[in-house]
Amino acid sequence: MRRDVNRGAVFTRRVLLAGGVQTLLLGGLAARLRQVQVEEGSRYTTMAEDNRVTARMMAPQRGRILDRFGHVLAGSLINWRALLVTEQTANFRRTLDNLSTIVPLTDAERARIDRDVRHGKSYIPVLIKEYLSREAMTKIEVNAPDLPGILVDGGTSRTYNYPYELAHILGYVAPPSESDMNGDALMALPGVKVGRSGVEKFHDLTLRGRPGVVHLEVNAVGRVIRELDRTDGVNGDDVSLTFDLSLQQAIQKRLGDEAASAVVLDCRNGEVMAMVSNPSYDPTLFSTGVSQAQWRDWTKDRRTPLINKATSGLYAPGSTFKMAVALAGLDAKTIGYHDRLSCPGHLDLGGSRFHCWAKGGHGALDLKNALKYSCDVYFYQVALRTGIDRISAMSHRLGLGIELDIDIPGQRVGQVPTKDWRISKGHPWQLGDTVVSGIGQGYVVNTPLQLAVYAARIASGRAVQPHFTRRIAGVLQPGYQPEDWPDLGVPEPMLQAVRGGMFAVVNEGGTAPRARLAGNVHMAGKTGSSQVRRVSRKQRESGYDSKSLPWEFRPHALFVAYAPYEQPRYALSVVVEHGNAGAATAAPMAKDIMTEVLRRDPAARQDDGPARLADAKR
Amino acid sequence: MIERRLWRENSHDLTNKIFRINWLLVLLLCALATVGYVALYSAAGGAPDPYATRHIVRFAFGLLLMICIALTDIRLIARLSWVAYAAGVGLLILVLKVGHIGKGAQRWLDLGGQQIQPSELMKLGLILALAAWFHRASWERVGNPLFLLPPLIAVLIPVGLILKEPNLGTAMITVMLGGALFFAAGVRWWKFVLLLLPVPFVARYGYQHLHDYQRARIDTFMNPESDPLGAGYNIIQSKIALGSGGMWGKGFLQGTQGHLDFLPEKQTDFIFTMIGEEFGLVGAVAVIALLVLIIWTALLVGLRCKHQYGRLVAFGIACNFFFYCFVNIAMVMGVIPVGGVPLPFVSHGGSAMITMMVAFGVLMSVQVHRDVEFASAGDDR
Repeated sequence: MRRDVNRGAVFTRRVLLAGGVQTLLLGGLAARLRQVQVEEGSRYTTMAEDNRVTARMMAPQRGRILDRFGHVLAGSLINWRALLVTEQTANFRRTLDNLSTIVPLTDAERARIDRDVRHGKSYIPVLIKEYLSREAMTKIEVNAPDLPGILVDGGTSRTYNYPYELAHILGYVAPPSESDMNGDALMALPGVKVGRSGVEKFHDLTLRGRPGVVHLEVNAVGRVIRELDRTDGVNGDDVSLTFDLSLQQAIQKRLGDEAASAVVLDCRNGEVMAMVSNPSYDPTLFSTGVSQAQWRDWTKDRRTPLINKATSGLYAPGSTFKMAVALAGLDAKTIGYHDRLSCPGHLDLGGSRFHCWAKGGHGALDLKNALKYSCDVYFYQVALRTGIDRISAMSHRLGLGIELDIDIPGQRVGQVPTKDWRISKGHPWQLGDTVVSGIGQGYVVNTPLQLAVYAARIASGRAVQPHFTRRIAGVLQPGYQPEDWPDLGVPEPMLQAVRGGMFAVVNEGGTAPRARLAGNVHMAGKTGSSQVRRVSRKQRESGYDSKSLPWEFRPHALFVAYAPYEQPRYALSVVVEHGNAGAATAAPMAKDIMTEVLRRDPAARQDDGPARLADAKR
Repeated sequence: MIERRLWRENSHDLTNKIFRINWLLVLLLCALATVGYVALYSAAGGAPDPYATRHIVRFAFGLLLMICIALTDIRLIARLSWVAYAAGVGLLILVLKVGHIGKGAQRWLDLGGQQIQPSELMKLGLILALAAWFHRASWERVGNPLFLLPPLIAVLIPVGLILKEPNLGTAMITVMLGGALFFAAGVRWWKFVLLLLPVPFVARYGYQHLHDYQRARIDTFMNPESDPLGAGYNIIQSKIALGSGGMWGKGFLQGTQGHLDFLPEKQTDFIFTMIGEEFGLVGAVAVIALLVLIIWTALLVGLRCKHQYGRLVAFGIACNFFFYCFVNIAMVMGVIPVGGVPLPFVSHGGSAMITMMVAFGVLMSVQVHRDVEFASAGDDR
């Protein structure tokens, strides 16, 4: 028993001893820590700040955007800028005061710098001023002792070679917002910009690249003593687009001052050859600052230069919609290929009278002639026989009133109404609504892009989707072959009947003889004039002429077409806002545009070099 | 009737047990884990992911495990001592055969997604086994060299296996842990001296047979400035980080060394450096004070225990915790060679934390069952 007590006592003694030693050892570490942190602290602080290894991130170069033939549309330029490393200056406001004697800073700029300094980390540089002149740079270097914390370095900035022509397609870049900061280390770098709209936004991650890191040994004034190691960043990939810059410019010239848009597609694969929204604007002004007057001009202009009409302008398709109605009727067997319907110049339905555009009527005509002469009464009747829901379903198959797979953001969907839609809005669907839908009026609204897809799908019989992306880093992207696109699922004889009508419109004395191409190449097309307000009986009886109306009340002029008729290659849509009549305004434009397209034949020409390289590698 | 009484007794027993848990120790461990959360939040550049959230979730899970073990009868644990030891040795052999190779050493075993380091479990097994062995020993038997031979072998088997992985740091901690238990069990002073005599010769021989990376560690420790961008980089950067922290530190999330990625493995081995840089001497010493408090609380559990098994287990676990803390902090300050030892409850890493919490669970079981009677010898009442 005594022994056992002895054992416990030994344990207690030795545990106390061990605990004491452990406490002493940890205390020793604390003492050593005090030596390192306090006594030698200033030495290590100097080592950390004056002569330390700094990791500096190098922004990658943003990828270029090229057209089909390798013309550089968006590139990068060296941009000299002044940065401020807050922790290298005791008083950054005084540094800024000194700097502003060399480079003037506005109050707004100073407020932004203040904000960035407050939010940022003291070792990540804050952007002071971009686009420095060589003279300003030299002055800053010479005055470096008075400007602690100021750093001059070369970043890259975005340049657009054709800003006005391509504003709507390419979009622009801007500094990242809070929501863009999710995890990408690149976003913390000064002066980094992200894509805000158009191709720049859609392909932002592809174009962006990854930052490199270089470890530098630097001294107190930020002078680099030596480079220790570097991990190179990866520059953003180049994106080659499907469209042809010269064609784009030619079309823009042809549209002149009109508020108009034109879209040209390769109808076999949906590649966008040109997409013009007129008038345009110069997006580079956004990065240098838009003046009040300029902004007012843009926003007050009734021709809406800031809006991409091709993808987000909504227009009633008018008579261009008749092919969809015809195909719906043929598909539902509510009309035969050669059934003749009579047109006395109007249709009476439940006390309302719906007029044909030809006052005296067209007499009896079949499908081909109804399209050729654009007879309204014929299509009123087909619409009534077929019903709005089947017309709507067919239109959706043809690309109208649906969201398209276009690779730039910001499209509007428009609509081809259904009964359910109207009922969901709390109204009954009236037969009169079906009648006006038969000629693309009423609730039917579409974008010019949708109309071009519509023409392309009728011409090719394939469910093509419009797209801009042809190559990324020189590698062809899927979708460039016709076989990449599924069959439309509309029987060929039906499409052929409609195509025949479109041929007649242009080439057999139909409504658009002015769209006829020179030589023996044939274009098939369809005119459309869509009212923006109802024509009153009084106007109609007094011999109404839309040209006498104020501009904003005149009808829109539309034309959809494809060519060559025998072997369809290109489809287009032209919409001229308040252009009065499709036949008079849009058809001649379509003719000139198609002539330009066929003369260049961009889809048939060999495109840029990297492509061949990438193909050869396979 | 009887059953009901038993149940009532048991439930009374359970409440009683819960009251006897050392809640001060639980609180101290929670405080330490919170330090870990803050440091890991900073290590991730000011975000709860990917380290801090996982850390605290793991801790919560470990806490539950710890309480469960605390309520387990210490006599049951005692009976399983050698089983735990054998399991540890088995896992060590397994890791040599199929383990994952990280940084040139086979240390990890993948158990259904959770990687475990068997050498950590081994140390607990060793503590339990040695405690069980010496629990039976009377004063005379402790003096008998033949009686000391089996436990000596029990220490050397795992040490040999850990050296083979190879993991020099853990092997040395294991040796010291064994030594501490021999010491607490009452082995005479002169026997330790006798064992320590050949150490210099063994060390010289061992140095020649070390892996290159281990030798490099020792060399750079002796003279870190010799190769500032090579193997000495970590130590220099760690010292710069600590030193530039000064008295009050650079402030939360403002540590330049850590955030500019100079500190390698700042979320694991060098987490203490981050604390020293951002919270200065004041913060670092506060953490050390917390560690000392935990060690003393654990030692007190041993001192208040009435049976030898519990005393030795408590002492072993306290020493194990101390070794981790000391080696880690000494390492980041450049006092001893760098050795891949985490700071318990602060460093990121699941295996070490869970094993450590299992150990503290056993420690609390000692506290809860400090006056139970053992059937065999070793009770000092």
